Amino acid sequence: MVSKFKQALQSGNFVVTCELAPPKGTNLEKMKHHIELLKDKVDAMNVTDHQSSVMRFPSLGGALLAKEMGGEVILQMTCRDRNRLALQADLLLAASRGIQNVLCLTGDSIMMGDHKEAKSVFDLDSSQLLEAIRTLERSKDLGGNDLDGAVSFCAGAIVTPEADPLEPQLIKFEKKIEAGAEFIQTQAVYDLDHFKQFMDYARQFPAKILAGIILLTSAPMARFMNKNIPGVFVPQDLIDEMAAAPKGQALAKGIEIAGRMIRRIQEEKMCDGVHIMAIGKEETVPDIMAAAGLI
Amino acid sequence: MIRSITQPKPEEEIDRLLEGLSRIFIIGCGTCVTLTRTGGAPEVQAMEAKLSDKGKLITGHTVVPVACDNLTREFLNEFGPQINQADTLLIMTCAFGVQTIARQLYKTVVPALNTMFIGKETAVGLFDEICTQCGTCIIGETGGICPVTNCHKGLLNGPCGGTNHGKCEIDINKDCVWTSIYNRLKELGRLDSMRRYQPPRNHLGEPKPGKFKLPAV
Repeated sequence: MVSKFKQALQSGNFVVTCELAPPKGTNLEKMKHHIELLKDKVDAMNVTDHQSSVMRFPSLGGALLAKEMGGEVILQMTCRDRNRLALQADLLLAASRGIQNVLCLTGDSIMMGDHKEAKSVFDLDSSQLLEAIRTLERSKDLGGNDLDGAVSFCAGAIVTPEADPLEPQLIKFEKKIEAGAEFIQTQAVYDLDHFKQFMDYARQFPAKILAGIILLTSAPMARFMNKNIPGVFVPQDLIDEMAAAPKGQALAKGIEIAGRMIRRIQEEKMCDGVHIMAIGKEETVPDIMAAAGLI
Repeated sequence: MIRSITQPKPEEEIDRLLEGLSRIFIIGCGTCVTLTRTGGAPEVQAMEAKLSDKGKLITGHTVVPVACDNLTREFLNEFGPQINQADTLLIMTCAFGVQTIARQLYKTVVPALNTMFIGKETAVGLFDEICTQCGTCIIGETGGICPVTNCHKGLLNGPCGGTNHGKCEIDINKDCVWTSIYNRLKELGRLDSMRRYQPPRNHLGEPKPGKFKLPAV
């Protein structure tokens, strides 16, 4: 059965996904609240996998929870913490429990997180994980052995349209699509004219593209991302707009900007949808969607 | 030339390793650790002064020409009495040297250095890791530059999202090797080789511990 998310991608409608961050600990109340709030508003919810290499409740556990609560989920899987045996095993478990969408990522460096001395794995990379999914779908594992019961996933990957230099990133993007990525979420984009240029190139490939939207919460946060997050570029006029927001109104301004960008992306049919990352502010996703005229 | 790149262990760690050991013979090396200024004659002398200040009895010291060479045993024979008087050997060489001496002398050994990587001097005073001896060399497809060694994540299919203006996100002083590989392959007109999907690596190049025996001729 084709996943609801894949049906949405194929429908030609503007697709909206968001993120759910599992908790640091076993208290799932906040995450459940976010699932309740978002599950009927978006096409799918991504569950992050030890985002920024910070140890948390696992993405697979979070995805199962969201699934049990009736949400459509995208399981994020990074290659940082598991070798090819563990990744394949988790894909079997996910498939057996009805998870139908997977986002394949290489994963941040261990050094970015809160267990800096841990051993990083990277036995596979994101292209190889995509290829592993396609192999499992053919009832084989990466060792060439037969499976008793296969998997079926709508698999995706990511791209950084503002990477510098760009061409090595685009070569990797093409390899991910060749390895089986059906959809691509982008790193945050803010300069939509730049993004249109990227889409002029990306449109020739069969994968559906979801533009990454990170909610700006303050001018310093925007400057921090420009300085510290590779491939994220917030133009000065947006930083000025955030800085000019009255005291206590910065978040509202960020929601307005995100909504405005999504509206323009949709109106100009730049790509197939958006992936909203309201990092730590998941409860604002409905407000962003309302500001975009989506609900 | 292939070099073993070392850095001093923290002083507290050396103090802990030497706890209860009062008579010490110090050994440096005239090769890599002299170049990196971690175990040459000046560092050995400084270590002797520091340990003497802490109340240790230094029975002697020397800088062997090439600690990892089998001839080190003969060289150290000249210091027999001083070595015999010592409880322990504090060895300011790379781990190759420490293990060579530990096998030869049957004495307690304490390394004074951490061995970080096998590399080469790429500019005066600058050392870069070149090869991790993985046993399944792929540099024929990457312009002679090794991503297994020089990508922080050892990626085979191109850069991750952390590539940052040609540098690695973990350290602005470290190049993104996939930018270097891309530039080299572009110069050579061989970008097709970067576009080719690389399957998962064979990590069984030589199962640890490495061993190789020349076939009989």
